[in-house]
Amino acid sequence: MRAYVIRRLLALIPTLFFASVIVFATVRMIPGDIIDLMISQNDISAGSADREQLEAALGLDKPIYTQYFRWIGGILLRGDFGSSLWQEQSVIGEILARLPTTFQLGFMALFVALIVAVPIGVWSAIRQDTWGDYLGRSFSIINLAVPGFWIGTMVMVFPAIWWGISPEVKFVPFSEDPWGNIVQLALPAAILGTSLSAITMRMTRTMMLEVLRQDYIRTAWAKGMNERTMVVRHALRNALIPVVTLIGLQAPILIGGTVIMEQIFVIPGMGLMLLEAVSRRDYPVITGVFLVVGVAVVLINLLVDLSYGLLDPKVRYR
Amino acid sequence: MSAVVQAPQTLPTQRGPVADFFIRLFREKPLGAVGFVVVLLFLFCGIFADLIAPYGMNQISPANRLKPPSERFWLGTDHLGRDMFSRLLYGAQLSVIIGFAAATLATVISVLLGIITGYLGGKVDLVVQRMVDAWMSFPDLIILIVVVSVLGPGMPQVIFVLGLVFGIGGSRIVRGAVVSVRENMYVHAAQSMGASTTRILLQHILPNILPPVIVLFTTRVGAVILVESGLSFLGFGVPPPAPTWGGLLSGSGRTYMYMAPWLALAPGLCITIVVYAINVLGDAMRDLLDPRMRGSR
Repeated sequence: MRAYVIRRLLALIPTLFFASVIVFATVRMIPGDIIDLMISQNDISAGSADREQLEAALGLDKPIYTQYFRWIGGILLRGDFGSSLWQEQSVIGEILARLPTTFQLGFMALFVALIVAVPIGVWSAIRQDTWGDYLGRSFSIINLAVPGFWIGTMVMVFPAIWWGISPEVKFVPFSEDPWGNIVQLALPAAILGTSLSAITMRMTRTMMLEVLRQDYIRTAWAKGMNERTMVVRHALRNALIPVVTLIGLQAPILIGGTVIMEQIFVIPGMGLMLLEAVSRRDYPVITGVFLVVGVAVVLINLLVDLSYGLLDPKVRYR
Repeated sequence: MSAVVQAPQTLPTQRGPVADFFIRLFREKPLGAVGFVVVLLFLFCGIFADLIAPYGMNQISPANRLKPPSERFWLGTDHLGRDMFSRLLYGAQLSVIIGFAAATLATVISVLLGIITGYLGGKVDLVVQRMVDAWMSFPDLIILIVVVSVLGPGMPQVIFVLGLVFGIGGSRIVRGAVVSVRENMYVHAAQSMGASTTRILLQHILPNILPPVIVLFTTRVGAVILVESGLSFLGFGVPPPAPTWGGLLSGSGRTYMYMAPWLALAPGLCITIVVYAINVLGDAMRDLLDPRMRGSR
């Protein structure tokens, strides 16, 4: 297990390096003079002194590789992501303040996804090629096609028209009112989780079908074990192991989805922070959020792989 | 002798692979066939939007603001009196253009990257795979938002970035297919006869990875349409007044939905139906075209 952990950690280095290069290159090297855009769009007085100041603030007066190493060095050595151009605030402070909300929404959505996906997936598998199976599978592929922002929009509009109720848009922080906060995030988490459940449901079904054909299941049948015990104790446990990896693969989709939910339901997480920064062309904030999201996904995948190693001994010795 | 040579031509199996595919699609995969018909309808609406649409794309009619669906305005009108049905048809046109252009670009990128890394292997593969890992750890939507924030919104940018995002992601699938084809006897035979790498790639590898590539392209069209609608919803797609399906659900129209709920219904339904149809068609194609899946219904 130790060798596996070390190998997995070493593999992290190139991935994180390339991720940082992608972030840096996307924001800094794309054509179109950022400074001109910022000055023209934000009515910063366009004197040449101001221009130089802004360039120096963004570090654009240095060669590209110097810029990169200064940027990444600041982050690695001092945890310095720069500061927002429009608010006197460090980027990392703002990110850390917003991260928990996005994570909470993400975890709640994941919880919903599993609650929806696993029972339907199991039922589809043990009743393969029956109406229940077809229904479950149709539910899953329809979910893949329904845009979350549409459901979110309808949830805002129709209850308001029919019953005159609409979701609270004033955000309640968890520290002030934990229950109110969870209730408030439940709706976006349910929408996000349901659309996320599609792939997990399919995977659960496929793995269950595979496991149900194993010899030890036939043995369990033969010795007269009841179906419920067999499905839960013997089949599901083994079938769920590969489903764990899906959580890692779905992390980017999940975080992308939180951006849309945060926008519709006005939840002050990282997604809304990114959208606000983009509308103000606040590049240090955009860069910071972009990098933190990428690193978060890489780390989630690391955790998933390590837990996979714990769950399935075969992985460790590969 | 001549009778023997001619004999196979009289057998009923002498159909082209394309005709064979469609016959099997309609016979064995009814859901996939329905998807195919819906996709055709979608293409038809998109291509001939200018001819079908009863009103102009942005034709304003202040007298007919927020009219509910009627004989004159099939799907109602918005707050500027623009006909929703016409705008949805033009939206289909935008989706067809963006969907097919971005999916084509994505497929080209996937095939190039996948073939090079899958066939050559070694250090190139190792380095490129780590880059792909890094790239794929960013959510599509966030890459798109960041890049559009730098490039500015607009159709060419959206197509380019969607193509890049899905192209790099899809290269894994092509690479997997190339790796499994690479070890076939006919490839080794060509190598031992001294065929050039280019010849092996074009003559032996490419034709044999075509089925997964076709499936990849099909499913990518759906994925592009879905992500583009999300992007337009957030205001980073093709800028208004262009009637993108995602854009129709966002922006100034949102406040009027409480008075005119039909505005909230139709665009989302269009996205769902089209993406669903493309997905079931893609699934059916995968089952029919992918030799590994053949026979395991």
